[in-house]
Amino acid sequence: MDRFSVLLMGFLSMVLVNNFVFTKFLGTCPYLGVSGRIDTALGMGLAVTFVTALSGTLTWLVDYYVLVPLGLEITRYICYIVIIAGAVQLVEMYVRKFFPSLYDMFGIFLPLISTNCVILGICLFINIWGTNNLLEVVVLSTGVGIGFTMAICIMAGIREQLAFSDIPACFQGAPITLITAGLLTLAFMGFAGMIK
Amino acid sequence: MTNSNNPQSGIYGRTLLAGLWRENPTFRLLIGMCPPLAVTTAVKPALTMGLSVIFVLVCSNLVVSLMRNLLKPHLRIIMFTLTIATFVTICDLFLKAYSPTMSEILGAYVPLIIVNCLIIFRAEVCASKQGVVVSILDGISMGAGFTIALCILASIREVLATGCWAGLRVMPHGFVPWLGMQMPVGAFVTLGLLLGLAALITRKKEA
Repeated sequence: MDRFSVLLMGFLSMVLVNNFVFTKFLGTCPYLGVSGRIDTALGMGLAVTFVTALSGTLTWLVDYYVLVPLGLEITRYICYIVIIAGAVQLVEMYVRKFFPSLYDMFGIFLPLISTNCVILGICLFINIWGTNNLLEVVVLSTGVGIGFTMAICIMAGIREQLAFSDIPACFQGAPITLITAGLLTLAFMGFAGMIK
Repeated sequence: MTNSNNPQSGIYGRTLLAGLWRENPTFRLLIGMCPPLAVTTAVKPALTMGLSVIFVLVCSNLVVSLMRNLLKPHLRIIMFTLTIATFVTICDLFLKAYSPTMSEILGAYVPLIIVNCLIIFRAEVCASKQGVVVSILDGISMGAGFTIALCILASIREVLATGCWAGLRVMPHGFVPWLGMQMPVGAFVTLGLLLGLAALITRKKEA
């Protein structure tokens, strides 16, 4: 039970308290780029969640069982990139085969997931935190993806309303989105310190 | 552009100036937005980040430009990222060796240069199509524009959050620091306002 609560706390912390978008600014590009409509945002978020869970786990396994024992830490970043690119390729083929309409909607953003900072970010942070338990790695990297999905969906919801409001011409588009993101961050600061 | 009747030098001059304002990556193209938000709590880390990005951008543009005739369309993105990852590793090890404190402050954001959209974007748009000299100039210009944007943002945030600029006290004694500026909210709102200002200037210029 104790073990379970540690995992649950870790998961909640990644989703709410240490949300990568709000506290570490990772994944800002899709967060600003794809957040025009809720359904696109949700699809993007789920694709990212799948890739973070997959590549977070795979990079940890490779790091723990191959790179460190062989003393090849210097090639770490290159290995991470190859693993992430492979995972993204897998998701792309899967989506193209089974959800062609979703595939058309994503357009350029699907291959660009491989350059999404959230994914490389979680691989690097898992390494920095020195997590040495496979179950924890899986839970944390899934949590990061869910947190990203939540952030991008909230943003898309706000932006759907924003389209009808009267904004000064020079603030339309990216500037107002960034300011909205700032206010959202402020709201999420309420969770700070709740979980370590 | 002293020699503007020579078309070759005209291209060089235009490439060199493009990144500063006309195609400034942060203010005009809106790419590579993570570092401008993440490392701009103070001027020194922002400057280090900017210089690292210039190094990686110039080197990767050079290599991509040299191998542009060998690239296969479906493999090009992975080739770009592998090239970039190599130079980022060099840069990361260099910082760890010669500036350990800075390396600690920047933390995971140095390896995250690999997935900075700016570098892949320049490889795709410029270096994989242009010659070596133009690619190098493009790298310098885009990197400089990025560094300037980073430094402007960092200056505003550091001065308002601590009353200091790069560690030197600039605000009068009774100044109350705005702690919010050091937090994520300060980054988002300041960048939003700066982008609004950039859009305003563009509209004034065009009108």
